[in-house]
Amino acid sequence: MDKVITCINCPVGCRMTVTLSDAGAFVSVSGNTCPRGAKYAEQECTRPLRVVTAVLPVPGSETPLSVKTSAPVPKELIPEIMRVLGKTSVSLPVAVGDVVVPNVLQTGADIVATRELSSR
Amino acid sequence: MTDQHVDLLIIGAGPAGLAAAIAAREAGIESILVLEREKEPGGILRQCIHNGFGLHRFSEELTGPEYAKRDVDRVRELDIPVRCGTTVLSVSPDRVVTCVSPEFGFSRLSAGAVVLAMGCRERPRGALCTPGSRPAGIYSAGTAQRFVNLEGWMPGRRVVILGSGDIGLIMARRMTLQGAKVLACVEIMPYSSGLNRNIVQCLQDYGIPLYLSHTVTDIHGRERLSGVTVSRVDENRKPVPGSEICFDCDTLLLSCGLIPENELSQGAGVELSPLTSGPVVSETLETSVPGIFACGNVLHVHDLVDHVSSESFRAGRAAAAFVRASSPPAPVFTVKDGPGVRGTVPQKISARPSEDVSLMFRPADVYRNAAAVVECGGQEVLRKKAMIYTPGEMAVLTMKKEVFESLPDKVITVRMEGEKQHG
Amino acid sequence: MTQQSEKVFQSDIVIAGAGITGVSLARELSRYDVSVIVLERGEDVAEGATKANSGIVHAGYDAKPGTAKAKYNVLGAAMFPALCAELSVPYRKCGALVVGFDDQDRQTLEELLQRGVANGVKNLRLLNREEALAAEPSLNPEIVCALDVPESAIVSPYELAYAMADDAALNGVRFHFDQEICSVSAAAESGWQLATARGDVFRCRVFINCAGASGAALHNMISDQPLQMTHRRGQYYLLDRAPSQPFTRTVFQCPSAMGKGVLVSQTVHGNLLLGPNAEDIDDPLDTATTAEGLASVLARAQHTWPALSTRSNITNFSGVRAHLSTDDFQIGPVSGAPGAFEAIGIESPGLSSAPAVAVDLAASVASFLSLRKKGNLVPPRRPKKPFHDMTDEERAEAVQNDPAYGNIVCRCEVVTEAEIREAIRRPVGARSIDGVKRRTRAGMGRCQGGFCSPRVAQIIAEETGVSLQSVTKCGGDSLLLVDTVESFLKGGAGND
Repeated sequence: MDKVITCINCPVGCRMTVTLSDAGAFVSVSGNTCPRGAKYAEQECTRPLRVVTAVLPVPGSETPLSVKTSAPVPKELIPEIMRVLGKTSVSLPVAVGDVVVPNVLQTGADIVATRELSSR
Repeated sequence: MTDQHVDLLIIGAGPAGLAAAIAAREAGIESILVLEREKEPGGILRQCIHNGFGLHRFSEELTGPEYAKRDVDRVRELDIPVRCGTTVLSVSPDRVVTCVSPEFGFSRLSAGAVVLAMGCRERPRGALCTPGSRPAGIYSAGTAQRFVNLEGWMPGRRVVILGSGDIGLIMARRMTLQGAKVLACVEIMPYSSGLNRNIVQCLQDYGIPLYLSHTVTDIHGRERLSGVTVSRVDENRKPVPGSEICFDCDTLLLSCGLIPENELSQGAGVELSPLTSGPVVSETLETSVPGIFACGNVLHVHDLVDHVSSESFRAGRAAAAFVRASSPPAPVFTVKDGPGVRGTVPQKISARPSEDVSLMFRPADVYRNAAAVVECGGQEVLRKKAMIYTPGEMAVLTMKKEVFESLPDKVITVRMEGEKQHG
Repeated sequence: MTQQSEKVFQSDIVIAGAGITGVSLARELSRYDVSVIVLERGEDVAEGATKANSGIVHAGYDAKPGTAKAKYNVLGAAMFPALCAELSVPYRKCGALVVGFDDQDRQTLEELLQRGVANGVKNLRLLNREEALAAEPSLNPEIVCALDVPESAIVSPYELAYAMADDAALNGVRFHFDQEICSVSAAAESGWQLATARGDVFRCRVFINCAGASGAALHNMISDQPLQMTHRRGQYYLLDRAPSQPFTRTVFQCPSAMGKGVLVSQTVHGNLLLGPNAEDIDDPLDTATTAEGLASVLARAQHTWPALSTRSNITNFSGVRAHLSTDDFQIGPVSGAPGAFEAIGIESPGLSSAPAVAVDLAASVASFLSLRKKGNLVPPRRPKKPFHDMTDEERAEAVQNDPAYGNIVCRCEVVTEAEIREAIRRPVGARSIDGVKRRTRAGMGRCQGGFCSPRVAQIIAEETGVSLQSVTKCGGDSLLLVDTVESFLKGGAGND
């Protein structure tokens, strides 16, 4: 089975054709012009990963807390991660890098704060 | 009223102002004051909570607030005063600045040098003359971003986005992640000016359709938006009758261009370029008014904050040199846009630049396997080949400072060489 | 949201409509010893044509001699300088030119000159091409003649209306907004009874119809001479301020049967206005702009100003005017309805005429009710000069006395927090984003509220004691925000 994707690593945006086995395993890629493209193609077609960023409310702060996953996580988990955030409570104060949800959904990545909120 | 003199006054504590302040302090200037109208420094980065910042400068992918924190922390470390909640009202050609804040009252400050770092603003609906009703629910993408990311409020539930520049794409994802339904992203051009990465990660990831060569041709809803009509456009960007699609939505986000915010610059008598809507500057980032420098989005709209920082470090160093009264000689070279090139900055260069000169511009179209060429007096000075040049990404050509000693003419031209994708 | 209540209100007089006609009349009547209630369908003063017109105080050459339009235009225009000074409303006598492109136009201009003289307009003069181009070099060089109208002026129509309303309120007039009148009927003994969509009832001795585009509907509820009203929509471009605008004077083209035609004019705040076209529509509340309408305004404005570019356009809007088949105002007692009066069919020159119409009509009503004038009047508000217009010294003093002057909320128009709070606290104060906008100019600049609307919304919420979620753009269902990020995240307020 063949998939056509556009590389996102640089503005060239090579259109690559990725061949996968029936079981969905990576077989080969063509159309890339650098090895980063090949690596991206393989990852994206077998197990696409994303860094997820979001805001969540913090009681006592008008400004919500901005957070991110500390590493890219499987793309299909994004909706579930947002649901986890919906059930997460954070309290002031918060420092950049504070872990808000450790090892979210067993991905190995934490959800960490990306802005500082002080308890005025 | 407080009257005060500072050696260096910087207007704006976003990434541009902060970098200029850091560079000036590191160059030895003690008396610096940064004025910022928001309650906290960081500029627009405060509301850009997505990642992708700092890859070039820090070799890390940071979110906007994290990138800003690096510079805010450094400014604190260097003990550079930043006055927040302060709005500058005027800048005079002889570098007298008036400003106002609830805390400090009205101040008139005279400055040895001024750095303009006010950033840019978004085009409103009026710039597009989109017909229809004028209900609540129509926002610029940046205003919606502020509501969601800084104030904790959702502007709507069912969203259409007009404009596929990066801000529109980012907000498509943001609204979706935070629980709204984004129905479509509509783009009048036949291509998106946003990064491929954002097309994939903001639209494709969420199944949001991108309508190229389309625009919003009618708006419905008396009090609150109830829907928009979208039409296909022809090669002259005129709506094609009969091609209308209707979307039921309560929110329309406009991402239709950014304009440098130069009202203060105009008041100071600074010459503006109609191509960039920003000041005309030399390679030191000095404007046409001696001692007034400009950097960041107020000079020209950037895509990468890393470039804003390097440009602003340059401006800070130059402003510092000016304060120490070792002002650069008058510029002798003029830089012109040749075919395929738009808005090259700087527009002027001095006879003997003290540093290598970075020419920054946007190609007027998409070019593949093409070259950007710098010419002077009929001779080729510099050629930079690349697999792609695209209007969505500012190009940078660096001319070594030694080159300027032997240029044959006073006019330097930058042009594109190669096949345009869209004719 | 319209709330249902069921209150009964009593007053001597009810005025329907808080546009320029209604508030001018309310202010005049507040000089008498009488209770007055103004009922307004919208959420604020000036919600109809008053906020969406050209802002011209016409000299009065256009109206046919002997008509109510002619009479009141000239009388009213003469009252503007003193009135605007008294109420601190921006007004400027910038003059006007009516330009002609051919012999037919030349003839029309001569007729206008005659008409103007007959109506009592001063200083009208015909100019030849050279004189006109010397006066306004940016004009289309193809013009052949022009009528010079030094008496023509510009004003901010809604700022005038707000000031009139405040003055009326200070002197006892009560304003009821979000009150659409459903029925008007003669009350049992005498007087009138009105029922509104919210379920409230208003009883009064005298009812006065100043309801603009809804004027005919109300008239027909009570009069034995039903009226047909045409709703005429006009669309506009508003261009940004600039170091220099193309024209000092207002520039008109020759009028036609549909109206005065497309003009190019500065506004009192230094913007440039293009428009209006004229299009008869069914729905008097349909103030949408259309591609065709805007294109037609542009084409005609270009005829006056060939170098026109919409690059600096910051917004478009439209207003709906009420037009009667008599082509005149209808002012005075309502036929077949003793105790009912009206000032309807108020299209151009309605703004210019309003102060004079108010004096006359108030006198008629006072005579009908045998009213006495009040001994004491509360003097008009003397608002502070806008921060935008202050000198450095004045600014320093303002901030020293009130730190809220140090918080610039609207950066494009330089409007401070102090002024926004004041706009909400005024006698007839703002309660919405648009209400603040039109009273202070916050949101009327080149970014059209992109920067300031979150801040203005916050101040409205604080001042009016509502949550940010309840703040509206212009009343009713025009909410800015739907819910908190928190609600969406927890899944309560999420999408379909």
